[in-house]
Amino acid sequence: MKDMKEKPVLLTMRNIQIEGRSDETWSPIIKGVDLTLNKGEVLGLIGESGAGKSTLGLAAMGFTRDGCRISGGTIDFDGIDLMKASEATKRGLRGKRIAYVAQSAAASFNPAHKLIDQYSEAPVQHGVMGRGEAEHDAVELYRRMQLPDPDEIGFRYPHQVSGGQLQRAMTAMAMACRPDLIIFDEPTTALDVTTQIEVLSAIRDIVAQFDTAAIYITHDLAVVAQMADKIKVLLRGDEVEEADTRTMLASPKEAYTKTLWAVRSHARATQPPVEKGTVPVVSVKGVTAGYGQVDILKNINFDIHKRRTVAVVGESGSGKSTAARVITGLLPPRQGQVLFNGQALPADYRQRTREQLRQAQMIYQMADTALNPKLRLRELIGRPAQMYLGLQGKALTERIRDLLNLIELEPDKFIDRLPSELSGGQKQRVGIARALAAEPQFIICDEVTSALDQLVAEGILKLLDRLQTEFDLAYMFITHDLATVRAIADEVVVMQRGRVVEQGPKDEMFQPPHDPYTELLLSSVPEMDPDWLTKLLKERAEKAS
Amino acid sequence: MSLLITLFWIAVVVAGALALGWVFRTAVIALSRGNLRKAMRTAPLTAAFGMFIILLYILVAVFAPVIAPFAEREVVGGQFLPWEAPHIFGTDNLGRDMFTRLVYGARNTVGIAFMTTALAFFIGSILGLLAATVGGWLDQILSRVVDILMAIPSLIFSLLLLTIFGTSVITLILVIAVIDSTRVFRLARSVAQNIVVMDYIEAAKLRGEGLWRLITREILPNAMAPLVAEFGLRFCFVFLAISALSFLGVGIQPPTADWGSMVRENAALITFGDVTPLLPAGAIALLTVAVNFVVDWMLHRASGLKE
Amino acid sequence: MGLIWTMIAKRLGLGLLTLFVISVIIFSATELLPGDFAKAILGQSATEETLAAFRKEIGLDLPAYQRYFNWLGGAIQGDFGTSLSGNKRPVADLIATRLGNTLFLALYAAAIAVPLSLVLGILAALYRNSIFDRAANAAALTSISFPEFFVAYILIFVLAQSGLFPSMTRMDADTTLGEGLYRAFLPALTLTLVVTAHMMRMTRAAIINLLASPYIEMARLKGINPMRVILKHALPNALAPIITVIALNLAYLITGVVVVEVVFVYPGLGQLMVDSVAKRDFPVVQAVALIFAAAYVLLNLTADVLSTLSNPRLIHRK
Repeated sequence: MKDMKEKPVLLTMRNIQIEGRSDETWSPIIKGVDLTLNKGEVLGLIGESGAGKSTLGLAAMGFTRDGCRISGGTIDFDGIDLMKASEATKRGLRGKRIAYVAQSAAASFNPAHKLIDQYSEAPVQHGVMGRGEAEHDAVELYRRMQLPDPDEIGFRYPHQVSGGQLQRAMTAMAMACRPDLIIFDEPTTALDVTTQIEVLSAIRDIVAQFDTAAIYITHDLAVVAQMADKIKVLLRGDEVEEADTRTMLASPKEAYTKTLWAVRSHARATQPPVEKGTVPVVSVKGVTAGYGQVDILKNINFDIHKRRTVAVVGESGSGKSTAARVITGLLPPRQGQVLFNGQALPADYRQRTREQLRQAQMIYQMADTALNPKLRLRELIGRPAQMYLGLQGKALTERIRDLLNLIELEPDKFIDRLPSELSGGQKQRVGIARALAAEPQFIICDEVTSALDQLVAEGILKLLDRLQTEFDLAYMFITHDLATVRAIADEVVVMQRGRVVEQGPKDEMFQPPHDPYTELLLSSVPEMDPDWLTKLLKERAEKAS
Repeated sequence: MSLLITLFWIAVVVAGALALGWVFRTAVIALSRGNLRKAMRTAPLTAAFGMFIILLYILVAVFAPVIAPFAEREVVGGQFLPWEAPHIFGTDNLGRDMFTRLVYGARNTVGIAFMTTALAFFIGSILGLLAATVGGWLDQILSRVVDILMAIPSLIFSLLLLTIFGTSVITLILVIAVIDSTRVFRLARSVAQNIVVMDYIEAAKLRGEGLWRLITREILPNAMAPLVAEFGLRFCFVFLAISALSFLGVGIQPPTADWGSMVRENAALITFGDVTPLLPAGAIALLTVAVNFVVDWMLHRASGLKE
Repeated sequence: MGLIWTMIAKRLGLGLLTLFVISVIIFSATELLPGDFAKAILGQSATEETLAAFRKEIGLDLPAYQRYFNWLGGAIQGDFGTSLSGNKRPVADLIATRLGNTLFLALYAAAIAVPLSLVLGILAALYRNSIFDRAANAAALTSISFPEFFVAYILIFVLAQSGLFPSMTRMDADTTLGEGLYRAFLPALTLTLVVTAHMMRMTRAAIINLLASPYIEMARLKGINPMRVILKHALPNALAPIITVIALNLAYLITGVVVVEVVFVYPGLGQLMVDSVAKRDFPVVQAVALIFAAAYVLLNLTADVLSTLSNPRLIHRK
């Protein structure tokens, strides 16, 4: 890390208050936050969803989104008072001295213009350099950002370039005027882990090369540990604490920060191997499936046993969700079949009996879209019990109350609530209760924790673990997050482009030797160690040479 | 000069309408409680004015016989009598009391338009929801048929159909309802399609729920808000379409008191500087304005809640 | 580039198919007549002989598909048969001058309405929630809610009363362009008022939708001046929605023209159609309906093709 003691101050924000309008009234988003940034320094801004990170980041440019306003505080950028500055003055700074890199590069590039035209726009408009010079410079920066084919890539349109490359092109564009400060707003959140590494290292290098100050906004601690000199933690529009990265990682002061830092405490004990000859609850046999002419899955095989959890891991496009659709019968396979307790299931769910449907339940990633917003918990949870088990009246109500107790929600308080009256974690619990209500033998959990904040996710994993033992359930756990795999899996299936590249018991999977893809996947998951990225890149470079 | 006077009167009318809206809103806030009260607090004056007008029209339609001084079809005096007691708006081309016919028009014109819209909604939304839920060939067939029907301008299509089936109130309602249900179908289908892709619908299908329950319990409750707003918009279209047809002489037939035909029957007066024919036309305009103001607010609220 | 042309070819093919199906619907509508076409025309009192003679005269003794192809073949060459009423003139003669008049009126209104509403709509979107936006919106909403004949009679009352403009529009073969513009001013103004309101609201909505996209925010965060943001970043992407809006409203003009022509006794197709509906003159109604429907389909088709051509994602394929 750089020595920053002698560096002069670049940005000072004092007692910043920002409000957002909803239903004709103003409510606070940022409640009096201070921020100081020196020249060439990188500040990591971290917090859960709704903490106000992006709003604060944009405010550093003197900018607010529609429906928001800065209602108090001072912003001083290198001697310029951004609160009092005219629009023209601020416009002169934006893109030239302060630049912005957005979360979704695909949406933030104008689809109607070539990348290089969008690169040249700021330097030309701000009078930093001429058009020809800017294009020349663009190619140079594309090269430094390690983009493939840097001489040509600028002449493509945004939709002709992949997501990871677009994100690097956007960072290059932000660098065009060699700004003093860049705001990075979750630049790698939408990317897969293996792509994320490339983007992170490119961003880190270029910021260091030009000695640019940066505010790096993210919800991922391990990522911010690689990028930032110091870290500021936000919670619901308030600052929790700020310290330099190493101090913060080693000894966080506040209780909230400690909970964020805590390594996942939950880890499933190793289970004895399944006895030979046991019939698996679910068995996927030689399944090939896809949409139209394209095969998404190619000859997939795996078994799931009673009281065992199989984690299916892979990046987007690997086919892990498609596998779930084949098992549930939403997508009949072209070849192969799914066995349930040794019996072949009809390929199409519409041909399955009610009993077969009951035995396999599903819990979804987004509890928001998985629960009908117009139904109360009584009906959401009660309907499967009523349908499959024929419960009525008092017996049904009793059952619903039992289920609510199981998922640790007070029945009297919750039974007549609507999903909109629940928190994210509570909604996911209701999703679990709905699956349990059918009294199944097998449950598919599709990224059930990836939309949740860390602590809440932990609670859900513990609950699922407890229920598994209590009701002898078999789980198929779809995830892209290897920490979740460690916490819950007995066996792991690694998928890449529709094929199973490796499968086996969890303990074996986390020990070398690996299949090259598993190796890449495992090594790409960021760790809390601030030197992790540096070490990893060095290792990879050594291996390559 | 006349332009200035016109502008002055427009300003007076706008100010008066907003003042009425304010009075109505204040009254409702004072008299109501709960959700209605909360909603009314944020209602713009235009929407409050609209609600007041709609309420007024409903009252007039319901109590028409009580309010009207004469019978609907009774000839009470000479033709085109001026605005003097007992005929406050004079008499029409056959010597019937203008005010009485205006009052009964609220019942006939608005009632027929309302029934037509309801029928169009019944047909359109059921087919639309069905197409989106079942999908496949049913969706394909229904959508292509609707595409074709919508490729014919609706006024032209209704003129064509009315030529063939003749002009009675029943055929009028059926023809307009069928033509308009294509528009409802489009909306209901697209609304339902956004709902059908939700995980909770997939969950219900995998649970083994039947089509009827899927539509009534899972989809319809979530489609209600946009459908209600659309009902208001469609009502305006239907109301204007029926009025236009009546004005053209192929809609509601005499001697039924109807605003569109009243404009047509008395149109000659306008060239003599008499505003009487503008009264029924204005009655049509006022109600559509009112409904549009309310719908605009509802749509604004719906989009605001989503953000 | 190949793909975009196949797409356009597909659209054109679909458009032709639609036109064909519409022509079938318009033709077969008369087949739905309760009872017999001849009886409907001549009345219940007609004798069997007159009925038979009449059927033969208009070709009713032929099978339906044959009559359809005769009709369609004629229509394509501009021959729509003969009118049933009065002097039995060829339908084509009745239509010829009126089609020109209607087109004149529609283009007249469009020439005022399109630029006016685009400017108003873009301004309202740029200054949204300002007083100007709110007033423009309320005015547009009010104007949409008015039946065309209400607007027309108000204009007559205000502008024709004083003798400024004629309330009845005479259009002869020897009317000059200047006279035509003057005489058709009130009907054109009526149409303009109604269409402008619709078009302004749609333009506003389309632009607001566009201004909310992340790439516009990005342009603003690059310090680009507002004018350039609009011209360079919003406009190229706004073409497709704006084209759609224009086409929709020009299509709306087609139906709006009917009522307006009746009010101003304007010698156009709309008035002819309404007269013929009252007289149940089927050949004329069918011909005019076909012309209106064809114009409508062609407008939508043109808009479809143009907005496909303006989509950068389609022009520059991977």
